[in-house]
Amino acid sequence: LFHIGVDYRNLEEEGPEVDIGSKVKEEKPKKGQARRSKAKEKKKVLREQCEEECRQDEEAPKCSKNHRNEKAKTEERGDFKRKTKDSCDEERNHISSERGGTEERAHAEKNMKAKKTKRKKEKLVFSCLSSSSESEELSADEEESQEEKDVLTQEELEKLKEAVEEKKKLIANLRGKPWPMSKKLVTLRESQEFVEKYEGALGKGKGRKLYAYKVMMMKKWMKFQRDFENFRTACIPWEMKIKEIESHFGSSVASYFIFLRWMYGMNMILFGLTFGLVMVPEALMGRPYGSMPRKTVPRSEQAGAMDFAVLWDFGGYAQYSVLFYGYYNNQRAIGWLKFRMPLSYFLVGVGTVAYSYMVVIRTMARNANRDGGGDDTSFNFSWKMFTSWDYLIGNPETADNKFASITTSFKESIVEEQESHKDENIHLTRFLRVLANFLVLCCLAGSGYLIYFVVRRSQKFALEGLENYGWWERNEVNMVMSLLGMFCPMLFDVISSLENYHPRIALQWQLGRIFALFLGNLYTFIIALMDEINLKRREEEVVKYNMTVWQASLYNGTVDDNSTTSTIPVDPADVPRGPCWETMVGQEFVRLIVSDTMTTYITLLIGDFLRAVFVRFFNYCWCWDLEYGFPSYSEFDVSGNVLGLIFNQGMIWMGAFYAPCLPALNVLRLHVSMYLQCWAVMCCNVPQERVFKASGSNNFYMAMLLVILFLSTLPAIYTIVSIPPSFDCGPFSGKKRMYDVIQETLENDFPLWFGKVFSYASNPGLVLPFILVMILAIYYLQSTSKTYKAANMDLKKKLQTVSLPITI
Amino acid sequence: KSFYDCELTFLTKQEILLAHKRFTELVAKEDRNDPSPRVPMSKILTLPELKSNPFRKRICHVFSTSESKDGSLTFEDFLDLLSAFSDSATLEIKSHYAFRIFDFDDDGTLDRGDLEKLVNCLTGETDDTRLTPEEMKQLINNILEESDIDKDGTVNLSEFQHVISRSPDFVSSFKIVL
Repeated sequence: LFHIGVDYRNLEEEGPEVDIGSKVKEEKPKKGQARRSKAKEKKKVLREQCEEECRQDEEAPKCSKNHRNEKAKTEERGDFKRKTKDSCDEERNHISSERGGTEERAHAEKNMKAKKTKRKKEKLVFSCLSSSSESEELSADEEESQEEKDVLTQEELEKLKEAVEEKKKLIANLRGKPWPMSKKLVTLRESQEFVEKYEGALGKGKGRKLYAYKVMMMKKWMKFQRDFENFRTACIPWEMKIKEIESHFGSSVASYFIFLRWMYGMNMILFGLTFGLVMVPEALMGRPYGSMPRKTVPRSEQAGAMDFAVLWDFGGYAQYSVLFYGYYNNQRAIGWLKFRMPLSYFLVGVGTVAYSYMVVIRTMARNANRDGGGDDTSFNFSWKMFTSWDYLIGNPETADNKFASITTSFKESIVEEQESHKDENIHLTRFLRVLANFLVLCCLAGSGYLIYFVVRRSQKFALEGLENYGWWERNEVNMVMSLLGMFCPMLFDVISSLENYHPRIALQWQLGRIFALFLGNLYTFIIALMDEINLKRREEEVVKYNMTVWQASLYNGTVDDNSTTSTIPVDPADVPRGPCWETMVGQEFVRLIVSDTMTTYITLLIGDFLRAVFVRFFNYCWCWDLEYGFPSYSEFDVSGNVLGLIFNQGMIWMGAFYAPCLPALNVLRLHVSMYLQCWAVMCCNVPQERVFKASGSNNFYMAMLLVILFLSTLPAIYTIVSIPPSFDCGPFSGKKRMYDVIQETLENDFPLWFGKVFSYASNPGLVLPFILVMILAIYYLQSTSKTYKAANMDLKKKLQTVSLPITI
Repeated sequence: KSFYDCELTFLTKQEILLAHKRFTELVAKEDRNDPSPRVPMSKILTLPELKSNPFRKRICHVFSTSESKDGSLTFEDFLDLLSAFSDSATLEIKSHYAFRIFDFDDDGTLDRGDLEKLVNCLTGETDDTRLTPEEMKQLINNILEESDIDKDGTVNLSEFQHVISRSPDFVSSFKIVL
């Protein structure tokens, strides 16, 4: 803005020398002195004229210079000036509108219109006034300028370039200006014409062709970007569904669905990685089913391998397939592509985690940037006033609810403000809160113990053979975990009524407790799983011993062959198998997720749909009004659902290394969830009566996701690093540790010096200082951010104290 | 023309086309042949996105470029409206227009009268949801205490933008999507 203004001032103060349009006059200082002085006189006369007009228009004296400039030039230069003047006016209007209000702006616009008409008059005047000498001068000037246009000094070139850049920036930022469309269109057209005209002029001389080419490529690139953005927005799925939900329920319920969609996108990428780089290569290029012991269903299980019950439990043919870890062969390179299967498996596992971290942190950073960072409680009332209405609401019933909730929140905050000075019975409240927390801890401990007990029992069942027990015993663990996840939050809700917190704080406590519950359950489950893993590893020793015995027995039977080279064809189904703990872990996670999903859907159907049907149809023959009293229609529980989603994702991350099918399963699950929940929300739920968000921003849920990501990759990392892989199943069989595959690749596939560099880099002497440097960097960044915050507070206070004298 | 509109608004091409379709549905039959038809405010207010909005009349007035200040909108005004309320609009644009919408008397500042009208809009039409005069006074005092930095009894545009820029909910709630 001001840059252009300054340009003008410079242009006038230094005379026509720096004046871009008329710079050509100065190229030949010897020639036109007399002419120039005459032109200056003329300018003075015109300036006085202009100033009068401008004073009437209440504009800055700059305008007079503009008028003067304009009149003293040829048609072409006049065009240029007028255009920049127009944009200058636009800018000035913008400034004045920012300073003042609509009135001033309207006034300024009126001025602009008046000026336009005046300018037309002036042109006529000018043409009349122009004496023949004047026109001669100017025509001579024009001839000169035609010759000398090609020769522009470096300085003028720079100025022209700057002006063009200014115009370009203006065009780019045009949509961010709060002007009406007609003004924007006019400005856009003028700026574009200016840029086109002078961009060509800039490219004179050496790099002209290159410059023009660059400009063209730039334009094409902008167009391509815009088209790509349009295409990308068109590709976003479920946009109409979410919009409908937004208009009925407001933005907080819709935020759950937007979160679900984001998760779906992330899981698609994870699915792409595992499917494309792990499952497909093994299926296409690895040894087929039945060619090796690890890829075949054992003889003892073959009878029931195709039963639906067994398949649903992910046993039988499902277990001996690409879906689970145990199927994969440890051959170093498979197929004609020499695809390194074990390496790929390992790297995809690591890559899944790395990609998830990257995506979550990037989204968090973007959200933090947009929201201005931090919880500020200094503007409570103003925010309630200015930002509480949700403009997405299009449904009258929701609008009524929103009105009621806003009124309530106003009244509450007013009362709170008054009561914050009142003295309460602190001790009773404190005691009650401590009691409530104690009860919650008891609950958590109880649920943890229950899960441990149940997992132990299921181990006992497994030892005695699962066929003896019914459906409940077989699925006990999963059912117990799901049921706990359903009933404990309700219990926490009841307990929290003891605490007497403000609803927003109570909601945060509730979320924290549910979080702890899920986390505790998950970790207890994992600990129980570790016990099973150790059991299986002990079993492995036994099986190894038995294998040698069995093999010896085979050879004993055919002693007449040359035992050194004979290989007795044995059907792979008959070979005794080692217990594959990795597949077992994968299966457990898959079963858990399936049962969790089923529980969610069934609760949804029963808790929401059947309840709504009951309330709707039995209302006619019931004593009290079902719709307003108990049970009434259910509300959509945003935080509960978001937590459920986050925990499911945590389980996926935990199990994805051992069961490559998990991301695929999750994609399917999210897809179905989206449709089912959208339908259920529109059909069975009513808008919430009181809208309390857990926190102002989405970052709360992102932060929880990050914590879960960290906590769920810990067990997987622990098992990879410390437990040796099974000896006869999976891509790492035969190695001492799973990460040995990296070592092997470095030794065999990379040149020697690479291995050396890597071994130097992993030297503790190098790693420890590196970690130290990172810690120091974090500390430094933390302290600078603290100083910035303190500086912010200082400035704010200054703002408030400095302005006081002015008002007096 | 839509090429220009992509540069001039925050809307994508599909959104502009959809807006055009919805707008032409509102145009009266006799104006159909008009190159730039103007739709009266009463028709604009039948749009479902605006029907339940307590500020619908103010929104029409703010975006209207008609000489008679009757709140009627041309298609360009309509695009301006959608652009300011779109998802990708910047905070500056949104806060600028929010200020103008809340400025009921169009004097460039939010004084007590404006704030009172604002509260009444937000608390609904019926009597039992309105605030009592004492509550209203208390509320407005609190608001002025928080937002009025130069203590002149009114909230001007810069103070308003300062308050709004720290709010985490503003950008996501100040949204209208067709």
